[in-house]
Amino acid sequence: MERMPSWIRQHLAALRALLVLTLILGGLYPLAVTAAAQLGFNGEANGSLVENAAGEKVGSALVGQNFTDKDGKPVRKYFQSRPSAAGDGYDMLATSASNLGPEDILDVLPVPGATNTEGEPDTGKRSLLTQVCSRSRAAGELEGVSGARPYCTADGVGAVLKVFPAVGVPARVVSANQACPATPFLAEYRGVRVECATPGEDYAAGRTVPVRGPAKAVVPADAVTASGSGLDPHISVAYAELQAPRVARERGLAVAEVRRLITENTAGRALGFMGEPAVNVLRLNLALDRG
Amino acid sequence: MSPTTAGILFILSLIAFLVLTHRPLGDYMYRVYSGARHLGIERVIYRLIGVRPDAEQRWSVYARSLLAFSAISILFLYGLQRLQDKLFLSLGMAPVTDHVAWNTAVSFVTNTNWQSYSGESTMGHLVQMAGLAVQNFVSAAVGMAVAIALVRGFARRRTEELGNFWVDLVRGSVRILLPIAFVGALALVAGGLVQNFAAPHDVTTLTGGTQAITGGPVASQEIIKELGTNGGGFYNTNSAHPFENAVSWTNWLEIAAILVIPFALPRTFGRMVGDRRQGYAITAVMATLALISVALLTSLELAHGGTVPQATGAAMEGKEVRFGVADSAAFAAATTLTSTGAVDSFHDSYTALGGMITMFNMMLGEVAPGGVGAGLYGMLVLAVITVFVAGLMVGRTPEYLGKKIGAREIKLASMYFLVTPVLVLTGTAFAMGSPEQRASMLNTGPHGFSEVLYAFTSASNNNGSAFGGLTVNTPWYDVALGLCMALGRFLPIVFVLALAGSLARQSPVPASAGTLPTHRPQFVGMVVGVTLILVALTFLPALALGPLAEGIH
Repeated sequence: MERMPSWIRQHLAALRALLVLTLILGGLYPLAVTAAAQLGFNGEANGSLVENAAGEKVGSALVGQNFTDKDGKPVRKYFQSRPSAAGDGYDMLATSASNLGPEDILDVLPVPGATNTEGEPDTGKRSLLTQVCSRSRAAGELEGVSGARPYCTADGVGAVLKVFPAVGVPARVVSANQACPATPFLAEYRGVRVECATPGEDYAAGRTVPVRGPAKAVVPADAVTASGSGLDPHISVAYAELQAPRVARERGLAVAEVRRLITENTAGRALGFMGEPAVNVLRLNLALDRG
Repeated sequence: MSPTTAGILFILSLIAFLVLTHRPLGDYMYRVYSGARHLGIERVIYRLIGVRPDAEQRWSVYARSLLAFSAISILFLYGLQRLQDKLFLSLGMAPVTDHVAWNTAVSFVTNTNWQSYSGESTMGHLVQMAGLAVQNFVSAAVGMAVAIALVRGFARRRTEELGNFWVDLVRGSVRILLPIAFVGALALVAGGLVQNFAAPHDVTTLTGGTQAITGGPVASQEIIKELGTNGGGFYNTNSAHPFENAVSWTNWLEIAAILVIPFALPRTFGRMVGDRRQGYAITAVMATLALISVALLTSLELAHGGTVPQATGAAMEGKEVRFGVADSAAFAAATTLTSTGAVDSFHDSYTALGGMITMFNMMLGEVAPGGVGAGLYGMLVLAVITVFVAGLMVGRTPEYLGKKIGAREIKLASMYFLVTPVLVLTGTAFAMGSPEQRASMLNTGPHGFSEVLYAFTSASNNNGSAFGGLTVNTPWYDVALGLCMALGRFLPIVFVLALAGSLARQSPVPASAGTLPTHRPQFVGMVVGVTLILVALTFLPALALGPLAEGIH
């Protein structure tokens, strides 16, 4: 070994060091942690699985689920989870956030009859704002309350104008997310009649003007936003309260009884100040099923 | 209790934790790196490696050992990913594609943990545990070793010797990271993190659907991912994933793990140079910058400016209910102020100005408190630049800790500082100049630019977090960002070690009436000022095109 050039010796030492450390840190350490975890915290270490009344494993207490039917419609007797960007919703093999930004407010409207490179019909691209607005509208309809929100049109898209020219006195105004023949959410903008948008037309040159409008939101924020993991097991207490009357009606229960179950399945802030109070949707729905 | 009050208490409790651990952990690390005794297990390791632990190294030998170890690590990790289908515990995953494997290998060896792959669909348990998690330990230990070598440069006199890289590497891994990780991992399992070797298995959900429940040795990797300021998630959604961060208190624990070593290292530094006040001054600089940042970021997120956050009524896009807005913002600040890059919420969906703070944190060079080791050596370089600036003002040869900051020292410090801006700005410019690379943006307009700027800032500073909308698993981004990570890690390290070598050779100059005291609030304020001004001058134009354009109408 001493006879080898020093740079080879150095790299051999490096390789040996890596192998030894891999054995300790990549072999013994995780095995020791696994052994201790499996002995001490068996349920947690294996995913906090929960069972239904029949004793079948139905999921993890830490991971949210879709409570929808085969067509993706909400099953009305269940509390609904948050929107999810993980695959088709709550897919643990494709966890994801939407990653859409705070000013993602312009839709790409689908052009009727157009196809993409694979020959599928053009679906356009819905902006984050329009996703929020349409979720709010859908949640409002499901719960029988107003789904209106600031910056949203009554038909559930983002209330955004494109104003031409970009600088100076407006000459032409388009409601960018409302495809013709929709009625624009605003009749006039600074004296100019607002047009509906023609799919496929390029409005990039115009100034983007989101319009707040007078609406106050009833549907809570967590009901209209996708979580970071796409697996959020919780909803806010406010969203659970909003859903309680519908679930009670569907199940023929008193709202007070449903509220009691909400409270039972709400985790408060740890030590009183960590995180936010959160209602575990799967546990709550399981409790309802158990009756 | 209002979310704001709870958020403030959350931050205060973290500060209290850091104050309590600063001294004992800092002193412990001092003893680890300064002690002459080797543990039995360490002797065995040195024999297996074939090195003499008591032989000291010059700076160039120290650097060569470090580079050799890192090069071998990259090759090993690359090979492990490419061959995972031939090995056990691969869960049937295919070999990782060449450009993703290169990017990931560089990413984990450089303590960046940028991820151009999705954990649950790309990496089998063996690669995660014996490849990625091992680098989580050793890349952190390498960072600490470099910091300790630089401190020895200040503390020693008239010597060529900076210590022994192999000893520093092994002691950092075995005596500091491993015991804390073991205890922390079990605490995380108690909170609900999984720790098994199971493959995904299907369950039938309440409404009759199917959900695959994933498994893996997650907790053991999660803790070192935070403790070593690495940040690479076991799963795609990182610490937002309930199996990586189950409840609100595991979130607290993970933030605490991120910050505990970087905030204790200045104490180690103070002990090693024989003047604790110097350590307190460095801690004060870090704490000042960190407090400003976390306060700004949290209040911007709670104020939820911007069209979509105003429409939703709270900045909840990309955030988890159990953490809430304030604690998510605290995590985001901690992860970008250090070189961690783990996320419990998705920065791409933050308010424009909140997202800018996360970027600015990284642009500071990740020194407040910075990555394990990397934060301390980065901050000491800034202190050197500050005494130089102060020396220019009064026309004296600057000194720091009794060592003259001459032409060679300031050249090395300046080159250290210039590496990341050059990488960030040229990388971003190249990407923006190419229509093909621009097509990777998910968002349009200034936010799309922010995605690219964030990517190069994160890679060059070895952070690893992302504005995740950008599609980066393309050959171009994998290669370009891989180069940024490698150059952004190893060039500064070589400059720091060269600086350490040149400082160690000097004999100390006695303090005189003209010496700038470097332990007083005046100096703390100057370092904070120099840092902010340097970074603002470098990056403000780029920020103006992205988050500022988006956030200010």
